[in-house]
Amino acid sequence: MSLVQRLETFDRRWIFLVVGLLVLLPLIWPVPLPITVSPRVQKFYDAIEALPEGSTVLLACDYDPGAKPELVPMTRSVLRHLFARHCKAIITCLWNGGPGLVDQTVREVGREQGKAYGVDYVDLGYKAGYEAVMVLMGQSIPNTFPTDQSGGITTSYPIMRGIRNYSSFPILISISAGYPGTKEYVQQVEGRFHIKIIAGVTAVSAPEFYAYLQSGQLQGLLGGMAGAAEYEKLRGESGAATRGMVPQSFAHVFIALCILAGNAVQWLKRKEKRA
Amino acid sequence: MKREIPLMATAVIGIFMILSFFVPHQLVSVPADFLQTSAVIVVAFGYVLGGANALRINFDAIYKRREGWPYKIVLVAGLLTMVTVGAIEGRGFQGEHTRFTWIYNSVYSPMQSTMFALLAFYIASAAFRAFRIRTLEAGLLAVAALIVMIGRVPIGDWLTHALPYSYRLSSIQEWIMDNPQNSAKRAILIGAALGVMATGLRVILGLERSYLSGED
Repeated sequence: MSLVQRLETFDRRWIFLVVGLLVLLPLIWPVPLPITVSPRVQKFYDAIEALPEGSTVLLACDYDPGAKPELVPMTRSVLRHLFARHCKAIITCLWNGGPGLVDQTVREVGREQGKAYGVDYVDLGYKAGYEAVMVLMGQSIPNTFPTDQSGGITTSYPIMRGIRNYSSFPILISISAGYPGTKEYVQQVEGRFHIKIIAGVTAVSAPEFYAYLQSGQLQGLLGGMAGAAEYEKLRGESGAATRGMVPQSFAHVFIALCILAGNAVQWLKRKEKRA
Repeated sequence: MKREIPLMATAVIGIFMILSFFVPHQLVSVPADFLQTSAVIVVAFGYVLGGANALRINFDAIYKRREGWPYKIVLVAGLLTMVTVGAIEGRGFQGEHTRFTWIYNSVYSPMQSTMFALLAFYIASAAFRAFRIRTLEAGLLAVAALIVMIGRVPIGDWLTHALPYSYRLSSIQEWIMDNPQNSAKRAILIGAALGVMATGLRVILGLERSYLSGED
């Protein structure tokens, strides 16, 4: 068997092993790599910095555990940032697989920052209905979410006093992994209810939002784990996203090498056939 | 009448929803709000229907020992377990320390994370075996992909830190994303939006009837 044939038919489990090691080893022995903050992330950060202290913010967390490594670090940093500015957060979720994860994340950060549930933050949980729920929230948030994630009466919490609809918030922060999420908030809410939106999305969906960012329909954007790491850098944190940058860097380089190697093998094969 | 009533309902509701965007008057906004609330209720009923349908189809497959029937037992058991535990817990079933939440955190969440984590392995394998550069267009795509892939992560800056800022991989990938990518994406978005508008109009006018029992 020639070298080309051997390369073409080699066991793909070797690739799996290399990917596994490239991800695992930097997590055990971290290597410092420079993180450059992009203008999109800077705008996201500045939008939160520009909020008046003590504002109440709507944080839409539309994702499920599949997007945990990318979006949970963002959610944590955003909440820490809001709490550091003495802002309050009202959290919603329109993904049926996500409310448990969102609730866990929000409560963890709330406890860590010494914030009281129902006073400084509240998790309104999940509501079925996709875009219809987004529009309904424009009429009345307490009516759309009569109970919170734990089954408590929404209007009984001090944080909900004076909260009517989108007009009660200076900004909507959408952290989403797909449908329904940031795109639908831009389409259904931004133009209709005139609310400023900033977003954190998965890396794979981020290119879709560059157009909205350029048109001013989005005021800032965190794209994937890299965006979350840049945001952590601005916040002076060294969280899960920053730690994840080295394994992700190595995995990206390896995938690039795989593309080049695969094509080199094909080129050699064609050359061998011609000879 | 079997066809005319749904067509009429679609037309009236569709027109109301469009009007609600532009007319803030109560005569339009109140019925539109009612329709939005109804939509949420219909979606909630959809979940009940979906659950019942999943049970019916999977029970049938298990009974007839169709291919993969043992997996369907796991699916049905999972579905019934979650519904039962949720029902026993009552209104606060998604609270912090409930059994429902424990199952979610210990079973559902790690399993779904694992499924997505596996993608990294398969993408690397597919990159080696399937990403073939046979044409000039494929070559351009590959070059752009490689620049963006490396430039998006910190190692891109580390590899090119000796170069002037605008020649670094991160700057080049930013340019690719902001200009060629964004232009193409915007064109696709505008095209898709026009398509959605045309389809919506066809549905409202009753020209598009495929949603009615699969008719053309």
